[in-house]
Amino acid sequence: MSHGPSPAPRQPARGDGPWTGRPVPRVEDDRLLRGNGRYVDDVALPGAAEAAFLRSPHAHARIRSVDVTAALAAPGVVAVWTGVDVAHLPAMLNREELRTPPGLAELLDPYVAITPMPLLATDKVLYVGQPVAVVLAENRYLAEDALELVDVRYAPLPVLVDPDRALTEDAPLLHDELRDNTAVAVATKVGDPDAAFASAHTVVSEEFQAHRYVASPVETRAVSAQVDPYSGELTVWSNTQTPHRVREATAHTLGLDPERVRVIATDVGGGFGQKGILYVEEMLVPYAARVLGRPVLWREDRNENLTASSHAREQIHRIELAADAQGHLLAVRDRITVNFGAYNMTGLVVPYNSVCHLLGPYRVPHVDIDVVGVLTNTTFATPYRGAGRPETVFAMERAMDRLAAELGLEPAELRARNLVGPDEMPYATGLVDRSGKPQSYDSGDFPELLRRAVAKADVEGVRARQREGARDGRLVGVGFAMYIEATGLGPFETARIDVAPSGRVKLAIGAPSQGQGHRTSMAQIAADAIGVPFDAVDVVGGDTSATPFGVGTIASRALVNAGNATHRAGRLVREKIIEAAARRLGVPADGLDLREGVITSKTAEEQALTLAELAGRAPLPGTPEPTDGRHGTELSETVHFRPPGFAVSSGAHAAVVEVDEHTGETEILHYVAVHDAGVIVNPMIAEGQVTGGIAQGIGGALYEEMIYGPDGQPRTGTYMDYLVPTSSEIPDLDLDEIHSPSPMNDLGVKGLGEGGAIAPQAVLANAVEDALRPFGVVVRRGPLSPSRVRDLLRAAGRPTAAG
Amino acid sequence: MTTDLATPDPATAIHAAPPPLAEPSGWHEIRLTVNGAPVTAQVESRLLLSDFLRDRLRLTGTHVGCEHGVCGACTVLVDGEPARSCLTLAVQCAGAELRTVEGLAPGDAPLTPVQRAFHECHGMQCGFCTPGFVMTATALTEQPRRPDAADVADALSGHLCRCTGYRNIRRAVCQALDERFDGGDAEQGE
Repeated sequence: MSHGPSPAPRQPARGDGPWTGRPVPRVEDDRLLRGNGRYVDDVALPGAAEAAFLRSPHAHARIRSVDVTAALAAPGVVAVWTGVDVAHLPAMLNREELRTPPGLAELLDPYVAITPMPLLATDKVLYVGQPVAVVLAENRYLAEDALELVDVRYAPLPVLVDPDRALTEDAPLLHDELRDNTAVAVATKVGDPDAAFASAHTVVSEEFQAHRYVASPVETRAVSAQVDPYSGELTVWSNTQTPHRVREATAHTLGLDPERVRVIATDVGGGFGQKGILYVEEMLVPYAARVLGRPVLWREDRNENLTASSHAREQIHRIELAADAQGHLLAVRDRITVNFGAYNMTGLVVPYNSVCHLLGPYRVPHVDIDVVGVLTNTTFATPYRGAGRPETVFAMERAMDRLAAELGLEPAELRARNLVGPDEMPYATGLVDRSGKPQSYDSGDFPELLRRAVAKADVEGVRARQREGARDGRLVGVGFAMYIEATGLGPFETARIDVAPSGRVKLAIGAPSQGQGHRTSMAQIAADAIGVPFDAVDVVGGDTSATPFGVGTIASRALVNAGNATHRAGRLVREKIIEAAARRLGVPADGLDLREGVITSKTAEEQALTLAELAGRAPLPGTPEPTDGRHGTELSETVHFRPPGFAVSSGAHAAVVEVDEHTGETEILHYVAVHDAGVIVNPMIAEGQVTGGIAQGIGGALYEEMIYGPDGQPRTGTYMDYLVPTSSEIPDLDLDEIHSPSPMNDLGVKGLGEGGAIAPQAVLANAVEDALRPFGVVVRRGPLSPSRVRDLLRAAGRPTAAG
Repeated sequence: MTTDLATPDPATAIHAAPPPLAEPSGWHEIRLTVNGAPVTAQVESRLLLSDFLRDRLRLTGTHVGCEHGVCGACTVLVDGEPARSCLTLAVQCAGAELRTVEGLAPGDAPLTPVQRAFHECHGMQCGFCTPGFVMTATALTEQPRRPDAADVADALSGHLCRCTGYRNIRRAVCQALDERFDGGDAEQGE
């Protein structure tokens, strides 16, 4: 593998602004590199009890009895609780995600079934891994010992794993209170799709499946809690992406005022959406801390994370494209089935993302899409990096390649003929977006993205090699995929800026970091907005005591929302500083400038004042009373930025692969990604986000799959059988970018945390199918592991290596 | 039950005694060196080295990601060799010399070339897997001769990172090796 030459050391963060646009090295790193990270399990809580959860071994069963007598008597056990013990606590989680946005409700009238998940199962279990009891003990060893002594009797029930089967009339019902196993359903139409299909030159109809896989952050989930004996405040450390939501939910569950609950998510070891929702364990640990009157800690193990934390991606698309003789799309029809698993945890989020991202960068006059979310006896599924988009892009981009094959066109050429042009921006698709407004692409240049991807991919070279035929059974192929992503989801994000008496700037944001480097990029924005040095800015995120409100870091939204809140708060603080300096110096405000933390007169340079001199005027004894009643410490602003609409990022990926006909192994020879996320604040961080997203996408495309047996038993519950790619499997990437600033916010930024993960499944499937074209193979699902590729080849009548 | 929280009776309100043994075979006294300092401790036989370091010695820089030896986040150096502390029992380390990430640049000491390379190459994001990678890379730089590209690839393949996509980690390790073995075997690393 080529690793490329070592780069020159990056520029240190010194000198005047603007800081935005520079690859400022991260201020986070030093602490993390010395082992001084503060992840949940690193916080010392002397005297803490540790929790372990007893989880259902059955995919679907009635609980006949639970006997905890032996477990309670085990050494070191403090308490053992079952569902009955906590049945008085309200079970509702993720209420915000389950709410249908009003606009969407009015226009499309979606069906959303609410299925509250009990904190501990009482009468029924619905998936393997569902919490049934919790043991609290002096340490985790003893808690796990006692788990084995809890005696639960189950009466197994018929198991549903296949979402199509779950929708049949005679399917067993998971939730007795529902009419069937439908969790959500929504349909949308644009134009007259039936007429367009009837008049089309070519129609392709295919069924594509996005397979189930898992976010799998290296840090598993964890939560600890402690009631402060002095203040009575409940403090919760959780590695969540949404600390304010955890605070609201914990307060609701425990019957406390939210102001009496503080949630801290300082260092989080990767989230990718899995830590963006609320879980029952997150509620039960603070509950235990209150009841026991001592700190309580729970840290998930890897088997729990793989089987009992949320899954993602599993969708079936029955998709049809109608085109004219030149390949112009006339209509798209798609029937989407989403496997929700056992509970409806996030409602329309994933299904509707799949609906309103299906068309991607293409102009489609007539559209007919419906989506149904189905309940089955598998672990619940929720958003994972891309949240419904990788699935829908897989279906659409695979269908585009099938159409290109039908028409005898180069896949890239078919795409080029259908792209919305930059002169058409803002572009209305005719659909409604996730918030219920008419869907609009704010800016972008899709043809340029594709042009660059095609130029880098060397399609001609691949075609020449294909004409020569396979060498030693090694088949080469090239694939493309394009996507758009609505980013910067509202409703708001908070930034609070305080200038300290020392002149240092404290910035608190509602959106925590799970590795995205907020402390660096937000400080860049604040330094520019105020006019202070970068290293005079301290950033706090992930602590509900720092900002009263916040939403969180999910859905490619942090830079757009927290970034613009920071920018606005910074500009307002700057105005306050200059006004205060003008009063102090007795000069008009418009005669003053603020740069690098120094206020200077534009005309008389001797009239200079540092921020520390200005802000340090605290009302100490002997200090003259400010005539306007203001003190330096009041150089503060809090801004809730509410985006007026989505900022739409976009990208074109290309991959050249070589498939070994005998072993079925796919090697990525060249991976190209061209993306557009508007204005880039920190190019180094942005590149890292894109690269990491693509690596997760490659994992999903080629290796990762959460597999269930027909009995609902997970078969990939460890890293020995759930294959996360290592350094050896992820090639260096060929990245390029264009910048179409978003008109939706002052900074012109768009979200990019998820973008990299959206296209790889589609682009690699297209490339592998292209490589296998001599055999007429159609790739309908991933991951394209060696065994699945061999299955495809055998089905096409090719002999392959055994095994 | 009178409390509104429906408390099951913990019946163990006072914890005057030390916590019960994690298992019945009793304590073992071990002596070892951790980051250059001598350590004497009573440990149960089943106590994992990772838990010993994190919970007993409060060296929380060593992280636990999978507890079955695949992710590599818990890697520490035992007598100079990278080892999975989640697959090692503390009692096995009697007499050993251990190094953890805290021992590389203690206090305010300048970062080691390996640590600095991870920073300069942006070879980290959430930082959770980083100490494991850093310890493995440190062992590579302490070889008498520059490890070849296959050795480096092999060493890195023992670690999972979910954030970076690995490229910048490879660059960081390459930079640290260049710095350590400057002018060394030209065939290496690339």
